[in-house]
Amino acid sequence: MTGSLVSVFNHPNSLKDVVTHFCPGCQHGTIHRLVGDALDHFQVQDQTIGVASVGCSVFLYEYFDIDVVEAPHGRAPAVATGVKRARPDRIVFTYQGDGDLAAIGTSEIIHAANRGEAITVVFVNNTTYGMTGGQMAPTTLAGQRTSTSPRGRDVSSDGYPIRMAELIAQLEGVSFSARVAVNSPKNVISAGRVVRQAFEAQVKEGGFGFVEVLSACPTNWGMGALEANDRIGEEMIPYFPLGIFKEAGRRQGDASAQG
Amino acid sequence: MKKRLFVKGNEAVAMGALEAGCRYYFGYPITPQSDIPEFMSRELPEVGGQFIQAESEIASINMLLGASACGARAMTSSSSPGISLKQEGLSYMAGSELPGLVVNIARSGPGLGGIDASQADYFQAVKSGGHGGYRLIVLAPHSVQEMYDYAMLAFDLSDRYRIPAMILGDSVIGQMKEALIPHPRPQVDLPAKDWAVTGKGGRDHQKIVKSLYLGDGELEKHNWRLYEKYQQMQRDEVRFEAVALEDAELVVTAFGVTARIAKTALRMAREAGMKVGMIRPITLFPFPCQAFADLPETVRKVLCFELSTGQMVEDVRLHTPCDRAVEFYGRPPGAGSLPPPEELFEQISRHYGRKA
Ligand SMILES: Cc1ncc(C[n+]2csc(CCOP(=O)(O)OP(=O)(O)O)c2C)c(N)n1
Ligand code: SF4
Repeated sequence: MTGSLVSVFNHPNSLKDVVTHFCPGCQHGTIHRLVGDALDHFQVQDQTIGVASVGCSVFLYEYFDIDVVEAPHGRAPAVATGVKRARPDRIVFTYQGDGDLAAIGTSEIIHAANRGEAITVVFVNNTTYGMTGGQMAPTTLAGQRTSTSPRGRDVSSDGYPIRMAELIAQLEGVSFSARVAVNSPKNVISAGRVVRQAFEAQVKEGGFGFVEVLSACPTNWGMGALEANDRIGEEMIPYFPLGIFKEAGRRQGDASAQG
Repeated sequence: MKKRLFVKGNEAVAMGALEAGCRYYFGYPITPQSDIPEFMSRELPEVGGQFIQAESEIASINMLLGASACGARAMTSSSSPGISLKQEGLSYMAGSELPGLVVNIARSGPGLGGIDASQADYFQAVKSGGHGGYRLIVLAPHSVQEMYDYAMLAFDLSDRYRIPAMILGDSVIGQMKEALIPHPRPQVDLPAKDWAVTGKGGRDHQKIVKSLYLGDGELEKHNWRLYEKYQQMQRDEVRFEAVALEDAELVVTAFGVTARIAKTALRMAREAGMKVGMIRPITLFPFPCQAFADLPETVRKVLCFELSTGQMVEDVRLHTPCDRAVEFYGRPPGAGSLPPPEELFEQISRHYGRKA
């Protein structure tokens, strides 16, 4: 179509055209967009049910133009299980922070993953509890100062930062598990592709897809937006390596899917 | 002749739930209610339903929340310690105005306690066990037949008011076997579940199930609306059984298993010439306040029996006119055995003879 303009970058249909409440430099907005793109890509906006968790992402329904259920702190995978079992024909995803998923909700995420629930989990790891004011999370890096680790996380008493994507990948029930970051245009583009794969595991194979996204919380890290962004590359990625840790290709229980 | 079955209370409540159209069960084993998940794991797949043995009571109540948010009829069951774990989810379901059935086949506590029958979960059931000051619909069956019947009633009331319902039984009601005559679910008109999240489909607007209200005055409005529902239930949904009140001078009151024993004691008292009646609350919430407020003039005294050191008696006192006496006789959780009818008869005789 010579002479006409071709649109190559649009606002996702699955997202509302509104201003978010996130702090400047926060990457929840970017991650919302990647999820919105994935829903658009599979054309499932109308058949998707989102499960909102507790944390800075709780207002999922303010930004996504889809049906949403709100879950108690950490319980989103259990709520999503109930939703998916009652509506197996729907696309169901949870969107959870590291406090939500890796602390109070560890039991729910491990067991939903292990059951191979046909849901997608978007896990935002910003190494802190954002909403409650920057306390230590299970993902807080060794030595990282937070409002409850004022001398820096001491692994001898606080334990070690948990690598959830690898842990989830160990479970037989999981179809897809990966870690991405949104700290550079290149990483955002590949994160978009991987988020899509996490949904693809559900849309095409009826499997459990997990994607961990390394994300900045400039407010609670006490950093400017750019500095916070740099921290992802310099401190987080070395401990939380990016990559796809499991890609079963088919729903678990199907032995031929292994390998 | 109608088919008569000889089944356990736990099986009856599960059968009633199935007949009520419940197709999703989420639970975690605990004595003395494990017959319910066992029954559901066997029967639900037969009717196209889903059974999940969850990793915990917390997960199972939240699975119920999710299924209910989609408009499905779903339930969970547990016993006292497990019911404590479900309180978080119950508060969220109440706040999100979601229906659903929770069966508590109560045992004795606090803590791990024991597995014998107890009624010490009354406060937790009727006064809101979780945070935020909500109420549940609470039904107290006293027979196997009622376990079946009230499962259906609980689902219908829960759907009508969009409030979670609880059946408060105990290990005796759950474990005893007696005759059950199954029957089809009574036809009732219920409002459409137009609030359910189903995916937008052709809709131009999204649906949201939530309990977070941060806007100016929003939460207050929400809580007034919840309060109004509780008031309406108090007007329209109270259920109780009245026995021989007409000429009664003493009225006994008890619910669940204790009410069965009290009925025998009442018969013994009548045979001995004492004018004794009985009020058996069936809905513990909404509580039959009016039944106590409107006691016949002849009644001098109310005697409350409970398998606890006294919980329902507080509600009885609150509503009984102050010119009548309210007395209490109970056993703490863990007493190990039920009071025989003779023991309650003796209490009735003592209190009947004495002036208020
Ligand atoms: C049962 C319960 N405990 C604690 C809280 C308080 N709380 C709200 S948000 C939050 C932490 C959320 O952190 P995270 O999941 O990392 O998300 P973020 O805010 O960083 O996006 C906590 C502890 C709560 N709402 N409920
Ligand atoms: S507190 Fe942190 S996670 Fe929350 S919106 Fe602000 S920057 Fe984002």
